[in-house]
Amino acid sequence: MLEIRNLHARIAEDGTEIIRGLNLTVKAGEVAAIMGPNGSGKSTLSYILSGREDYEVTEGDILYNGESILELDPSERAAKGIFLAFQYPVEIPGVATMQFLKVAMNEQRKFRGEAELTTPDFIRRVKEASARLHINPDMLKRPLNVGFSGGEKKRAEILQMALLEPKLCVLDETDSGLDIDALKIVADGVNALRSPDRAVIVITHYQRLLEYIVPDTVHVLYKGQVIKSGDKSLALDLEANGYADIIGAAA
Amino acid sequence: MAAVQETIDQVALIDVDQYKYGFETTIEMDKAPKGLSEDIIRFISAKKDEPEWMLEWRLDAYRRWLTLEEPTWARVNYPKIDFNDIHYYAAPKSTPGPTSIDDVDPELLKVYEKLGIPLREQEILAGVEKPRIAVDAVFDSVSVVTTFKEELKKAGVIFMSISEAIREHPELVKKYLGTVVPTTDNYYATLNSAVFTDGSFVFVPKGVRCPMELSTYFRINEKGTGQFERTLIIAEDGAYVSYLEGCTAPQRDENQLHAAVVELVALDDAEIKYSTVQNWYPGDKEGKGGIYNFVTKRGDCRGKNSKISWTQVETGSAITWKYPSCILRGDGSRGEFYSIAVSNGHQQIDSGTKMIHLGKNTSSRIVSKGIAAGVSQNTYRGQVSTHRKAENARNFTQCDSLLIGDKCGAHTVPYIEARNSSAQFEHEATTSKISEDQLFYCLQRGIPTEAAIALIVNGFVKEVIQELPMEFAVEAQKLIGISLEGSVG
Repeated sequence: MLEIRNLHARIAEDGTEIIRGLNLTVKAGEVAAIMGPNGSGKSTLSYILSGREDYEVTEGDILYNGESILELDPSERAAKGIFLAFQYPVEIPGVATMQFLKVAMNEQRKFRGEAELTTPDFIRRVKEASARLHINPDMLKRPLNVGFSGGEKKRAEILQMALLEPKLCVLDETDSGLDIDALKIVADGVNALRSPDRAVIVITHYQRLLEYIVPDTVHVLYKGQVIKSGDKSLALDLEANGYADIIGAAA
Repeated sequence: MAAVQETIDQVALIDVDQYKYGFETTIEMDKAPKGLSEDIIRFISAKKDEPEWMLEWRLDAYRRWLTLEEPTWARVNYPKIDFNDIHYYAAPKSTPGPTSIDDVDPELLKVYEKLGIPLREQEILAGVEKPRIAVDAVFDSVSVVTTFKEELKKAGVIFMSISEAIREHPELVKKYLGTVVPTTDNYYATLNSAVFTDGSFVFVPKGVRCPMELSTYFRINEKGTGQFERTLIIAEDGAYVSYLEGCTAPQRDENQLHAAVVELVALDDAEIKYSTVQNWYPGDKEGKGGIYNFVTKRGDCRGKNSKISWTQVETGSAITWKYPSCILRGDGSRGEFYSIAVSNGHQQIDSGTKMIHLGKNTSSRIVSKGIAAGVSQNTYRGQVSTHRKAENARNFTQCDSLLIGDKCGAHTVPYIEARNSSAQFEHEATTSKISEDQLFYCLQRGIPTEAAIALIVNGFVKEVIQELPMEFAVEAQKLIGISLEGSVG
């Protein structure tokens, strides 16, 4: 589903290179965890996958279902099924969450040449998905992310993910700022979306989230490269021994 | 929800800088020669078949105007206007004054059809579920038709063009005209008093709640003319009226002047709600052409517990100079001002309000949302003042500005004067940019740039949009989306 080949990328503004020859393959149906110390390029990778203009790819390629996506703008990538759950979801004042959901769903449908959702169909979908995530319908009337608690913001992200039905989900530190109950709800929401035709990339600092979203593969990112890959036991090793050993071995 | 979707659809449909009302209609016109003099004023007055006192009133204003200087305090720049290079009167030859719909020139009817303004009562009635709106259609210097007049008359409401009112209800006009905006008020208002041609007159008698929305639709069509609108609305004790105003003009390279005066009078316990969607031609991408909109609008809360509410959506005009204000004279009276001012391209807006607290326990509320894009300049200028005897005056002001791009400017100039220590004034102001983060977030959800901006902007102006009558709210949202077309990139 996703193949990143020898990717090099830098910050457009000052030319600082963040990603330095990164290789990664994620298959359909796979849940891949990306771990790594602060500053290793984890969040940058999520932005580059979703096409944020602040970064420049200088070398290498990103293939999504066999096609390069480097030339696509963020909204085109989104409509093709790439979803990023933000570490810090952005506030949109005056725009009710419900309204935002409808615009996003219909814009993606429009891009794919599908008919817009009818209002009853839209409402039914939102009701079902929000019930699964224990989202109070009142929250959906409030402006998106404005005054939301940390847990509400993350649940709103997963709600959007469930409704937009992406093929490649990137979760950027979705566990940050969550207490254990909220973490379980979010993890359940993600697990419910696991399917043979969908891939999930979980970016996280900690093993804790991976107890609830069990990954098929674990990759360690350091200085803009994947320096070690393994199965879920790798995450447990990291939890027990820290990054030092792996980083030392790679260096 | 649906409205926002419509905005986005509309934005998607229309190319950059499409001003969709820019067409021109060829219609044979009866015009005054260019220039301004006592003779021209006599000409206008004669055309309107006015009584002598009206002519004297005009001439008096004209003589005063000759002694005045054009104001320069606003944050707008434009070449000096040659007031002698304007036709002060232009009326379609076929329809030189208000008449019944059957007598209106079909060419004129086509214009309004094209603008989407319903003039045939049967057609309006046919759509049962839609609320009915009575329309006064002003074309250049004359009102061509006013709908639902008979039905309104049954309710006791007078709704007609001001020219007709001067002839048919001189006692009412004499009693109220110029009592809110005196002929001596300011340069443009004084000019308007001398040369005003048409506008609407509304009188809602004691205890009557006007049974439908009233509206006036102003269209400038003829080249080289100025439009000098004069509107007077009176709500007697306990009366209520909601009035809407819309305006458009053809796309032209030259600038045209629109200098209006609107006066509102609310007596005891009366309420007037006045909404404007101003969409005059804003000029082209290079800033060529467009309407100069110099407008004096003022409401007098003359009676106790009266209320006047101004809501404006300003998207058009090359220059806007406009401060719809309230004189809170009656004890317990209330004034409101809700504004959305959108500037794009080379547009310049200097707009705001004055809330003048004179009576006891008066209150006012100001919510202003300015959106600047392109290389435009957008200024909020507002004054809140309390008189010595105005005990317990309250004001809340909120001014928010949103910048799109980095070549435009937003300015907030509030003047606050409290001469009574019991006054409580609150002022909040913010300036923000549509952040890269917000835009990226929307894009990442599959919402393309133009639609994302429309969504964010509609969120920003929501508080004001809610104040507009329903049908206008949808229109206004569309308009804001269109006005910001091509503002990014």
